[in-house]
Amino acid sequence: MTYQFDFSSLLPYWQQFAEGLWLTLQLSAISTVLGFVGGALCAIARADGPPWLQRVVGAYVEVIRNTPLLVQVFLVYFGIASLGLMVDANLAAVIALVVNVVAYTCEIMRAGIESVHKAQVEAAECLGLNRRQTYWHVVLRPAIERVYPALVSQYVLLMLASSITSQISAEELTAVANRIQSDTFRAFETYIVVGLLYLALSFVVRWAFWGFGMLVFTRRRKLGTAL
Amino acid sequence: MSVVVKLSNVHKSFGPLKVLDGVSFEVARGEVVAVIGQSGSGKSTALRCINALETIQQGSIEVCGHAVHDEKLDKRKLRLDVGIVFQSYNLFPHLTAEQNIMLAPTCVKALGKKAARDIARDCLARVGLSEKADHYPEQLSGGQQQRVAIARSLAMQPKVMLFDEVTSALDPQLTGEVLKVMEDLARGGMTMILVTHEMAFARKVASQVVYMNKGKVWETGPGSMLDAPTTPELRDFVGSGL
Repeated sequence: MTYQFDFSSLLPYWQQFAEGLWLTLQLSAISTVLGFVGGALCAIARADGPPWLQRVVGAYVEVIRNTPLLVQVFLVYFGIASLGLMVDANLAAVIALVVNVVAYTCEIMRAGIESVHKAQVEAAECLGLNRRQTYWHVVLRPAIERVYPALVSQYVLLMLASSITSQISAEELTAVANRIQSDTFRAFETYIVVGLLYLALSFVVRWAFWGFGMLVFTRRRKLGTAL
Repeated sequence: MSVVVKLSNVHKSFGPLKVLDGVSFEVARGEVVAVIGQSGSGKSTALRCINALETIQQGSIEVCGHAVHDEKLDKRKLRLDVGIVFQSYNLFPHLTAEQNIMLAPTCVKALGKKAARDIARDCLARVGLSEKADHYPEQLSGGQQQRVAIARSLAMQPKVMLFDEVTSALDPQLTGEVLKVMEDLARGGMTMILVTHEMAFARKVASQVVYMNKGKVWETGPGSMLDAPTTPELRDFVGSGL
């Protein structure tokens, strides 16, 4: 069996690849930012909120973490449509990804929050800091620093998982690839290219997070602790 | 002499366990009071009650005009007047020594960065750690961490300082450097209440020694009381340490 590779037939599509890549990056970036903020709020609610809120957030986290992302994407997309609202596939993709990643972020952040010793909070309160100040300076900041590597992994995973939204025809990299391979009948070559693009993107994202971490976590920078 | 801290007939239980059983003592301005006793005698709990870290079931505690036993107590106002240093230092690990000290003045007193930094520098100098301002807690020895914790508390200019077995986790040499800082503070007129196992220090620096046993104030007197205990319990306690 011999297979003749032919990457040249993909060349005319370079612009579409680039557009797909760009959309993947946008979807991931928006979902990461919203996911982080939402996840942090959920983690605070789950760790220190009133009991009813802890239960609500807990239930949400468990439902999301125990159902497939693809199903969640369909539920959001067709769910919104069946309410009679017109929704853009890209928007539906962002909503689904955010709903998903908030749950995972919540659990990671909660682990960080719970790792902060009670004595730290006591010390802050004894210095006269109020609840909000204590939470921000003494709980949240060290907590985020501690779980940052886990968060980065989660957000790289999110970027890769965004390929699933091709199923509702969000025009990201994988959807573009699906179209190109059906135009060119060069499926193997197309997915090799796409695979390499995802790999490159992962490196870029990891590198960006590393740089951001070095900027924000001064202790890590000064002490040379790995992130 | 004006009374700064006054405990009257304080009772405190953790569940069925009676920890404080009618504790009363007074601390005047500028006084150094050493609270001693076996582990489990209630001395740390008594100290924590003064700072409203524990609530009491009966009796009253007055600290710098604050009724600590009152349910309506504004804990943040109380803690502007009372500083506390813990056995486990409890420095914030992600902040440098200087930032640890600056946090409360900037957050609580809303001071600017520069004013807060000046205070931090001053406090670090008082505990002899000026050159460690930019070090993180993990880069400091236990004794240095504890001195930074003292400086952090000093930065808020408390009227009373509480020390909860602050040298118990340190070896004799590091203990010495922390005790020296505390002695300097005492000489500077700071009102201090310290729970300690350092008998020599209590004898030398304390104006009043409170010996607690079984949740009660068993015996109290000047530092020299340790040389001539009246109760057999204190005699045993002091004797066992020699």
